[in-house]
Amino acid sequence: MFTVTVHHYLVVSAILFSLGTIGVLTRRNAIVVFMCIELMLNGVNLSFIALSHFLGNMDGQVFVFFVMTVAAAEAAVGLALMIAFFKHKESIDVEDFNLLKW
Amino acid sequence: MELLFFYLVALVAVLSGILVITCKSPINSAISLVMTFFCLAIFYVMLHAPFMAAIQIMVYAGAIIVLIIFVIMLLNLGTAVQARTSHCIAWGSVVGALMMLLAMTFLKGGETTTVQGEITKEVVAQVGHTELIGQAMFTNFLLPFEIASILLLVAIVGAVVLTKREV
Amino acid sequence: MYDKLWLIPFFPLLGCLINGLLGKKIKNEKIIGGIGTLAMVSSFVLSCKYFFQLLGDTVKTHEVVVASWMTVGQLQVDWGFMFDPLTAVMLLVVTGVGSLIHLYSIGYMHGEEGFYRYFAYLNLFAFSMLMLVTGSNALVMFVGWEGVGLCSYLLIGYYFHKKSASDAAKKAFVVNRVGDFGFLIGLFVLYWTLGSHGVWTVNFLEIGKNAHLLGMGSTVVTLVTLCFFLGATGKSAQIPLYTWLPDAMEGPTPVSALIHAATMVTAGVYMIGRMNPLFALSPDTMMVIAVVGGVTALFSASIGLAQNDIKRVLAYSTVSQLGYMFLAMGVGAFTAGIFHLMTHAFFKACLFLGSGSVIHAMHHAYHHAHLHDDPQDMRNMGGLRKKMPITFLTFLVSTIAIAGIPGFSGFFSKDEILWWSFASTRGHVALWVLGACAAGMTAFYMFRLVFMTFFGEQRTHAKAKDHVHESPLVITIPLMVLGLLAVVGGYIGIPHVIGNLVGHIPNYFGDFLAPVFAPTQELYHISAHGTAAAEFGLMGVSVGIALCGIFLAYIMYIKNPALPGKFVASFTGLWRAVFNKWYVDELYDALVVNPTKKIGTFCWKGFDVRVVDGVVNGIGKLINVFSNALRYTQTGFAHNYAMTMALGVVAILAFYVFR
Repeated sequence: MFTVTVHHYLVVSAILFSLGTIGVLTRRNAIVVFMCIELMLNGVNLSFIALSHFLGNMDGQVFVFFVMTVAAAEAAVGLALMIAFFKHKESIDVEDFNLLKW
Repeated sequence: MELLFFYLVALVAVLSGILVITCKSPINSAISLVMTFFCLAIFYVMLHAPFMAAIQIMVYAGAIIVLIIFVIMLLNLGTAVQARTSHCIAWGSVVGALMMLLAMTFLKGGETTTVQGEITKEVVAQVGHTELIGQAMFTNFLLPFEIASILLLVAIVGAVVLTKREV
Repeated sequence: MYDKLWLIPFFPLLGCLINGLLGKKIKNEKIIGGIGTLAMVSSFVLSCKYFFQLLGDTVKTHEVVVASWMTVGQLQVDWGFMFDPLTAVMLLVVTGVGSLIHLYSIGYMHGEEGFYRYFAYLNLFAFSMLMLVTGSNALVMFVGWEGVGLCSYLLIGYYFHKKSASDAAKKAFVVNRVGDFGFLIGLFVLYWTLGSHGVWTVNFLEIGKNAHLLGMGSTVVTLVTLCFFLGATGKSAQIPLYTWLPDAMEGPTPVSALIHAATMVTAGVYMIGRMNPLFALSPDTMMVIAVVGGVTALFSASIGLAQNDIKRVLAYSTVSQLGYMFLAMGVGAFTAGIFHLMTHAFFKACLFLGSGSVIHAMHHAYHHAHLHDDPQDMRNMGGLRKKMPITFLTFLVSTIAIAGIPGFSGFFSKDEILWWSFASTRGHVALWVLGACAAGMTAFYMFRLVFMTFFGEQRTHAKAKDHVHESPLVITIPLMVLGLLAVVGGYIGIPHVIGNLVGHIPNYFGDFLAPVFAPTQELYHISAHGTAAAEFGLMGVSVGIALCGIFLAYIMYIKNPALPGKFVASFTGLWRAVFNKWYVDELYDALVVNPTKKIGTFCWKGFDVRVVDGVVNGIGKLINVFSNALRYTQTGFAHNYAMTMALGVVAILAFYVFR
């Protein structure tokens, strides 16, 4: 009854993921949006490792490893994009990211 | 005792998560994010995944966050970016909350499986956690591993090209 | 042995590619013309080599397969070429006359805009024509058959900025298509019926070997041969599809000489000769061919009587002479038909080139004098004999040849045709009468042409009179060669009666072609029977008719130039009908062209614009309306898309939870 079950971890994971989503949807600063995406990724990572532990399987952890790789790549390219955008528009406000129109 | 510790860490993680999305200054958000990452690293240790905890600290807290802070300081942003209009915030929160609610409902309806794989605490203690990941990564996941390395290379080149040239 | 046969059509193709792709850059007329002529001469030399090789060969039919083209079911079609006496004759005529005309063109087309284009087309034509005569199966032949039609179109419309020229080109193309349609239908029917007997083939040798399976005089063989004959009437300008050829004179004169006199228009005759085992199976079709040929010969000769344009007279003369060839084919005198094809190529090419020389001179004279008179109208000529002696001499020789005066090439071939049409097992006296009348008319209008152009006093405008000169050597050399051939070309095919009289001179031409035609003629008992006296008698009659025609022309145009005017005055209706070509064009317009146009207009304005375009435009408009509505969902703001994505995730989650 008083042991930590997989449910606990999954709940925390869901909360973190949802918090990240809210951040992505409500913030205007592109860097904060970016950090919120990292938060979402970490929420998912937590559920991977929790399930890996409770199922006795290594695949989840390997997968987290790959998620981290992708996150690192994303950080590099995403931040480079932001710098480029800032050079161009003097702003990193997502409301200025409106070139995808029509 | 363990449960109590778990709740404590979870509380810190969630609170710092909330801070990430509410702080006005991006620097504060970044610091809060580091806090969350640390909490998650603690969880990983509790889940008998010490190698992942180490990686978590090194990659996220060490590399990515430093990079983000570096960019924030480079662009010298401060709190220049305004907050969104209230209905935007309201809608975003509603959708996020809805997602959380649905996820909780989903988890509540689920049942714990009795399936147990070959990796138990004993095996981890005997073989070593890092060795187990290494075995998995260089046998079953060799191809994705190589692809990941190419992805990183492309990301490096892309980052250089993007920041160098006028876009 | 003959494995380089494919090179013969290949040389002109190469010339066409060089001139067509690089000609604009080369610019130098001598190089362009040189390349074009050299390509033809190379083919001619190779043809000669193979011809002499064939003379010494015991096997007379050779097939060379270069590559496989397609294999469909039971049908195997190759890029195959064949060489037998018939092909040899055609090759020599096409490449020989073609070479001379290429040479002539260098002089005639000098200074024309698009000189390189002209030579590229001319070489392309030669390529197609050589494919046509060397192809060993009907599909390769059809490639050439369509190719010559296309080149004819391109070359008639060479002066495409002139509306009459582009109209004439279109007319030639469309009328030819009607014939091609017949050719294709015939080929399909032949293919399927032969296939039903277990022989799936389009190869000429196979068709020849297995034609008897279809049965002597059966309906299907008559249908097939009639369809093929429709194709031949289109390409070779016979009734009912002859109307395009006179209009085709809008092209440059050497083109008229090469395509519309010497080579392309004989493709139909060649095709019938090539498929002689098939045609011989259907006496009905043979009779139709003979009648159509005879009637065409007479009919177009009658139109030629009243034309004033020098090239138009020659055009109707060509149609008439082609009629002779078909008459020969129809009565089973295949050898005589091909013989006439060859001699006709010589003297008609010479006549056309001679007329070209005259037109060239007149054009230059008018150009000098800044006049805009018609350089092709014979009423403006006259007395050119002294100004252009070489042209005159060669022209006269060829005219005598076409009129059928003994000793010249036309006599031998024409009289053999007339003899066969009288005495052949498939001939008839009426056919002979048609041919003889046409011969008289031919003699009349050809000498009318000569008298109006070269004799009498010069009716050219006074200002231009003295600027008329003989053409340069590059033009007169081909004239001289062709004039010579027009005289001596006939001696290779002396009829047996004359040969026996003089001392057993064999008919070389007939013996040479015998491997192709003799088996068919023996199998179906086609031969000409009659005494030598009868043959001499008929010969005398036809020569007499021709002499009468010449005499009549002499009286009307030299002795008493007022006579034609009186004649016209007393027979106004008849003359007008002849002058307007018996109103055949008007008849076709009323019966075929205008109804077709009306149907076309209906389909365009009624069906196409309203229904097809309506549906297409309607769908376009509908999409436009929807997209205009949907456009507002594409704000371009990244967070809107993120929101949509999140909503999607929520929806998927909801699906799993409330399932």
